[in-house]
Amino acid sequence: MFPAAAIATVRLLERLGHRVEFPAGQTCCGQMHVNTGYLREAVPLVRRHVDVFTGFDAVVAPSGSCVGSVRHQHAMVARRAGEADLAIRAESVAAHTFELSEFLVDVLGIDDVGAYYPHRVTYHPTCHSLRMLGVGDKPLRLLRKVRGLTLVELPDAESCCGFGGTFALKNADVSTAMLEDKMSNIAVTAAEVCTAGDSSCLMHIGGGLSRVGSTVRTVHLAEILAATP
Amino acid sequence: MTAVFLGQPGVGNLRGDQSFPVAARTALADSQLRHNLGHATGAIRAKRLAAVAECDDWEQLRAAGSALKQDVLARLPELLAELEANVTARGGHVHWARDGEEANRIVAELIRATGSDEVVKVKSMATQEIGLNEYLEAQGITPVETDLAELIVQLGHDKPSHILVPAIHRNRAEIRAIFEREMPGAGDLTDEPRVLAMAARAHLRRKFLSAKVAVSGANFGVAETGTLAVVESEGNGRMCLTLPETLITVMGIEKVIPRFTDLEVFMQLLPRSSTAERMNPYTSMWTGVHRGDGPQQFHLVLLDNGRTRVLADEVGRAALHCIRCSACLNVCPVYERTGGHAYGSVYPGPIGAILSPQLTGTTGHDDPNASLPYASSLCGACFDACPVLIDIPSILVHLRAAQVDSERGGLPSGQDLAMKTAGWAMGSAARFGLAEKALGAGRLLAGRDHRISRLPWPASKWTASRDIPSPPAETFRQWWARNRGGEQ
Repeated sequence: MFPAAAIATVRLLERLGHRVEFPAGQTCCGQMHVNTGYLREAVPLVRRHVDVFTGFDAVVAPSGSCVGSVRHQHAMVARRAGEADLAIRAESVAAHTFELSEFLVDVLGIDDVGAYYPHRVTYHPTCHSLRMLGVGDKPLRLLRKVRGLTLVELPDAESCCGFGGTFALKNADVSTAMLEDKMSNIAVTAAEVCTAGDSSCLMHIGGGLSRVGSTVRTVHLAEILAATP
Repeated sequence: MTAVFLGQPGVGNLRGDQSFPVAARTALADSQLRHNLGHATGAIRAKRLAAVAECDDWEQLRAAGSALKQDVLARLPELLAELEANVTARGGHVHWARDGEEANRIVAELIRATGSDEVVKVKSMATQEIGLNEYLEAQGITPVETDLAELIVQLGHDKPSHILVPAIHRNRAEIRAIFEREMPGAGDLTDEPRVLAMAARAHLRRKFLSAKVAVSGANFGVAETGTLAVVESEGNGRMCLTLPETLITVMGIEKVIPRFTDLEVFMQLLPRSSTAERMNPYTSMWTGVHRGDGPQQFHLVLLDNGRTRVLADEVGRAALHCIRCSACLNVCPVYERTGGHAYGSVYPGPIGAILSPQLTGTTGHDDPNASLPYASSLCGACFDACPVLIDIPSILVHLRAAQVDSERGGLPSGQDLAMKTAGWAMGSAARFGLAEKALGAGRLLAGRDHRISRLPWPASKWTASRDIPSPPAETFRQWWARNRGGEQ
């Protein structure tokens, strides 16, 4: 659905001198199934993920919530299904799995990736990157080093945008009320672009902005970091 | 202990009439309510962060609180027996109640034995949970709530909407109107907090001085000494706990703690998390009865009401760690917008979403409490704020799984089919790639502006308030094959 974030991640990592592989056998981490209560249905997805990603030095995902699921749910799903071996293998894959900003700052030790992006940008810290992974200010450190970029602080930034996977459908009214407040705060910044580390949250925020006719665009953090003059 | 009961469901004010999404719609439409709540939760959120930031050892305190509660749950029967023995040895009487109905009967009989028909009450979640006030009124006994906010709720013939601030959904003008209507002789009132508080004070003072019986809850019960503790802010609790001749305390069985020194941990965690204070104004502790000092009759009613049921679930039982601080309510983006009534139970917010359905059990997806574990975007703000480290998001997911599993074998729902289909598509990379490509057909639905604004149910739940971008012309898989495919 959002190839631009993945393409940008590939280009960025290659520009930084790394060999990127895309194991074609991968599908989905299964987070939607887990968070909706379909843990049994998630077991084959966990197994596939573990099989496909075992053996790499680092697995990088441009998504805080997918990495959150790999790190905090995969082993639990396997254990609950009585698959202790799979749980141990899942923990091993999780230990090598990083959200993009974590990988850049913690593993590669860089915060200047040589990007150029001449726009007024505000950053929404997505819930799972912030609270499940604890990425802290790593995305902001990366953004501050982007040439041409004006970073504007988002008021009440740490409040959820209201996406929450199937929550956006099951509790659509509450979700929309949360989204409205997030959009008001984005409007206050007068930013041209709202960025974040999760395509799903951006799809929610962007869908709301588009509906109300806002000119603010949602752009994944990877796309900004991959941008060059 | 006379009998061991496992799995008895909790009864009382633990379940509403409507599912959460339906009840939430009513609350969301009330702009005054949303304003009151947004203002109140926003203010206390900032204060709590500042109060917590003062403690260098906050994380160690949380870990200690969590470890203590785990220990309590691991040896609950032994600790309760120890508490009973020590309360009895110091002149108190201990009663065991399997559920709310039994607790209500015990309390009413104890009051009737004193000859009183009026009791003063300290704010207590346990007695709210079992509907004690309604039961006593039906028995011809008048309960008088003495906590200011609880009094506002009682006089307003209303329901509490917050664990700590039960009238958080009311503003000053609304409170003034309630007092003028329900407090004869209150005189001329204004919207000023001081004027309203003084009116309540005068009203309550008469009650304190005349009451022969008080009913309280308990924040903690110390097994090793038989000491009970009530933590409060207004001094009304101190009045109730010391002035009447008879004191009846209703305590959930999970409130027992092993040692007196364990209070050291909880008395740091609780005030900072609940009212954002370093220390609350009044902490009352009493141990049995003392001749010539305080109540001469003390009864402790130990309440199960579904708690052993929760204890039987090794993941869900962490909900019993809760010390009722309500920090999770104040930080919750869902609670902030819907308020407490939408949850249908006296326990609202994130903790209510995991506690209420476990206490009552659920009877299928039409049970209003079955909707509570889904009343969260899983944003995790509650887990961050919880002073005893209850991983509420994980328990929500656990309860969702229990709900889905309990309905397996019947006719599959639309959601079951959607999840099965998605699981099948994700089960092979070839199918997944095809599904991604098939999404491209969605481009036909998009307008000239490359967005989709209307879809049939259930996707209409999304498109009612948000657009969907037109699917991309090329998937990542196709891009990779075209640009990097040769390298593999």
